[in-house]
This record gives sequence, C-alpha cells and structure tokens, in this order.
Amino acid sequence: MPVFEVRDLHLHYQMRYGEKIHAVAGVSFALEEGEVFGIAGESGCGKSTLVNGCMGLFIPPLRPTSGDVLVNGESIMNLPPETVRRTVLGRKVAMIPQGAFNSLNPTRKIKDLAADMIKCHEEKASTTRTEIYGRLRERFTLIGMDAERVLNSFPIQLTAGMRQRCVIGISTLLNPALVIADEPTSALDVSTQKSVIKMLFDLLDEGIFSTMIFITHELPLLRHVSSRISVMYAGEFVEVGATEQVVFDPRQPYTKALMGSMLFAEPGQKERKPIAIEGAPPKLDKPIAGCRFAPRCTEARKDCAALKQEIREVAGRQVKFTHSRARNSRAISATAKSWSEPSIVWISLSGRRRLCL
Amino acid sequence: MDFFVRQKEIVSIVGESGCGKSVLAKMMLALVHPTSGTLLYNGRAIGNELDHWREVQAVFQDPFASFNQFFTIRSQLKSSFHLFKTKPPKKEIEDRVDNALLAVNIVPREIEGKYPFELSGGQMQRMLLARIFILRPKVLIADEPTSMVDACCRATILDYLLKLKEELEMTIVFITHDIGLAYYVSDRMFIMHEGRVVEQGEPDDVALNPKDPRTVKLLDDIPNIHKEWIRR
Repeated sequence: MPVFEVRDLHLHYQMRYGEKIHAVAGVSFALEEGEVFGIAGESGCGKSTLVNGCMGLFIPPLRPTSGDVLVNGESIMNLPPETVRRTVLGRKVAMIPQGAFNSLNPTRKIKDLAADMIKCHEEKASTTRTEIYGRLRERFTLIGMDAERVLNSFPIQLTAGMRQRCVIGISTLLNPALVIADEPTSALDVSTQKSVIKMLFDLLDEGIFSTMIFITHELPLLRHVSSRISVMYAGEFVEVGATEQVVFDPRQPYTKALMGSMLFAEPGQKERKPIAIEGAPPKLDKPIAGCRFAPRCTEARKDCAALKQEIREVAGRQVKFTHSRARNSRAISATAKSWSEPSIVWISLSGRRRLCL
Repeated sequence: MDFFVRQKEIVSIVGESGCGKSVLAKMMLALVHPTSGTLLYNGRAIGNELDHWREVQAVFQDPFASFNQFFTIRSQLKSSFHLFKTKPPKKEIEDRVDNALLAVNIVPREIEGKYPFELSGGQMQRMLLARIFILRPKVLIADEPTSMVDACCRATILDYLLKLKEELEMTIVFITHDIGLAYYVSDRMFIMHEGRVVEQGEPDDVALNPKDPRTVKLLDDIPNIHKEWIRR
C-alpha cells in the first residue's frame, strides 16, 4: 500500500461572482516509503494549490472539485477543519514552506513556536511544558543545531539557513508520514541550500518522516533530490518519469523548454542561449479543450490547442500529448483520463521491458 | 578590497549570502559610505548623489519592494523623470514611457491603471527594466535581478539586460549567487568571501579552472546534473 496517494484530484477557486478557477486538473500519483517525488513547474502552475490539497487544507476560496487524497490508505478529503488540524496537519502531512522568515512569528522565541506545533496538533493534550521542551531539545540536537541557543533565540537573531532548519525541525516534530517541501531552498545561497537538503535526507534516512514531495522550478536540483519527477503546467502533470529520463531526455515540449532555460557554468554555455518561454500561462476560468501549453509552444501544430490530450507512454515515462510525436509512443489507453499507476515505471533496457518500483 | 570595472563591461560579483555583495552594491550606489578607502567613478570621488544617480542606477531582487503598492505603475515610471535635470514636456514623457514598456515587450495599454500587486513577479521585474530604459544610466547595478523569478522568465530578463548593454552601451555590474548565470553573461567574474574578493578573472578561468579553495567550494556546492552532489 502506498504511503501517500493522490487520485485524479481536481481543485478550484470559487470566485466572488460564481466563476471557478480550475487550478488543479486531474493530478494522480502515489508514493512508496523512502521515496522522494519531485514536482517542477513555473510560478502559477498550481504547485502550492496542489500542496494545500495534499494536506486537506481547503481555506476559502479553495475547494475540492473531485478526487481523493489518501495517507496510508485513509482518505483525508472532506474532513472538518478541526479534524484536519488535529489528525492530519503535522502528523500525517507536514509542509516546509518557501520563505522561512515569513513562517516564523518574529515576536516569539523559536521554542514557543515549536511548542505550538505539539500543543495544536498532537492528540495527547496533557503533555507538560517540561516534556515539550525536552522533546524540542532532543529533536533540535538531532538535526545538528545548538538546541539551547537556537530554541531561546528570536527568528531575527538567526541566519537564513538556520531559520530554514528551524522550520524543518518544527514541521517534522510529530514525525509525519509525508513532508511536502515547497521550494524550501529557493531563497538560500548554494552552500546553505546544500546543507539544508542534506539535512532533509538525514531526517528521511533516520525515519523521522517516511516520504517527501520536493517542489521547485529548478530541474537540475531535482536531479539530485528526487527519484521521480513530474513536470506541472497550468494545473496538470505534463510529464512524469524517472529523474534521469526527465532531466536528460525530456519529451514534452514544456519540459524541454524548462530544461533549456537553465544556465550552467560549463564549456559551451556561452554559445548556448537559454530558452526564454514567452507569454503567460492560460487563464483557467474556462475549460481548455486541447494542450494548455500550445499558445507558448515552439513545437505546436495547428490542432494542438483544440485536440483532446492523451497520456502516452514515451520511452519509459508518461507524457501528455495531443499527437504522437515520439517514435514508439503509445496511448496508455484510448480513453485514459488520469495517470495510470504512476508509481510503476516501465523502463526499456536493451529492448527488454522491466518493471521498476 | 580592490577592483575596477571598465566601460561597457559586464562583470559579475558572486558569493554566498552575507559575503558583502549587497553592501558593495549599496556603496557603488552611494547609499552607504565606505569605512575607509575610496570609491571612484570615472576617476573621481562620488560628489553630489543626485548627479551620481543620474548615471548609476540599480535593479533590485524584489520588484515588489521597489515599487510603491499605492500608486499605479505608469505614474511611478513617469516619476522617474524627476531625476532629470530638465524635465521633458508631458507628451515626451508619455512617449518615452510607452517606448520603454515596448522595449520590455509590454503593450502600454495592458498596464494602464494597474497597480504593482496586479502583476506577476516577472512582469514587475520588467517594469524595473523599463525604468532603466527611461533613465538610460551609464552604469547599472543589477542586484540579484533574477533570483525571484522562475527559470523560464530568467532568460527573458537576461535578454533585456543584454539589450540595455547593446543599445545604451551600458556598463553592468551583476550581483548574484547563480554562477551559471554569471558565467553566461559576464566578461569578468569576481568571487567574494567574507567581504573580500578572493578570485577574479575571465569566466572560463574562474568558473572552469578555479584556483582559490573558497571558489572551489562554492562551485562544488552548485548542483551539477552531471556529477554527484550530495552523498547519502
């Protein structure tokens, strides 16, 4: 049984005069224990909305349209907010947000912010102050921090990297099954980024949490962080596959453009102009018949914007296309509307197909 | 620290957070004064700040913090003309604002009446660049201009910066922690560590054949898709 599963999830924002913004459309994936699943996509593609859906956090105007989210086989959709707070947030699913500084109340010490996590989300409400602070010291020492100094500091007294580590420590206090890291290192320099990601891996290997979703717009970073990558555009997954396949051999035009926009300090980069993806993502207030990327796509054909998309298997990964561009691609099924068993990836090696989990 | 920047050159200053890049940028903009030493522009110490700002301008990391959220974008672009010694006539101001917006691929009527919070981060960064097209400074200090925009918009922002250099023969000082970006755009690179320049030179030398161990460490910390980055 997967640790975490999303089944054909559709989410929308209910606007004031009745219109709906369909922010997430038909997303499905499943995560096994120990797995790190990467989601890449530009700003506004629906990553953060998907995060809220994965946590069962439907703060108006966000509402679920259809689909399901399961943690260890139990659905967390359509639960009352109080039940979500007591049983889901922090315990089943925890989030590490992007801007650590904006997540920490500047007027309170770290120990008080961390204690709130236990008091608000742990079932056993009778935990004493001494027990709480004992647990905090133990956990902050485990994550390699000077527990006494850090816990008694205000956020402003800590560096950006230390603040992000504090947020990670607080988010994982209750040993959640799934941690969703939503661009946790985008505001950090490269050295701090590396140490923060190393810390996340250490916590995963220690069993503090079982599985992780890592969200970023930097595909090269996912190359080292995740075992599988999905590329998201305008509320949909457009390509899902093993990390090496998506990074080194992208098939969907948007994935290719995303990889092509990266800059590397390596020979040949000066002659290789990065790809600029002109235009803006589509408005999602009306249903879109064909490919959502077609207006910005350099490989688009005349019928791409109108033809219904299919999920096709292309060179061992699943890609959303309106037409068969790749050789040896086949439709998953003629009427496939959702990603089929994405936790099972077929990889073709020397002409043989192998089932890999 | 000692360094110099030539006319029409693009130099990048690269380093970790807290190494002093932004403080250096503020000194070059005469927003902060050095504790000791001299900072010369065109061989002379910086005198009147207004005169200095007519020739040395900046693009900052957070475009939303650079614009007042209570005024329309167009009115703030027009207020750039207060910096001119002689303010042009009204019609010329409107035309130059329109041309600046077109230079960054924004149709003027699309932002008519709009406030900063109604635009995306990438669009707002273009507004900062449109302001530079209006002011036409000789030197541009770009302090992390792409760190808050997506990778797919980054290339567009870079294109506009290179366009500024070509059309206005501008000198650009790029401040960034993105070595890939610095390598791509720069004529020369400086690596900073704890307030000092530890290595400088052409991008091929600094990024591909670093000599200083601090530069080597910085490069090792960048995720490279072709080699191992973190050991588990």
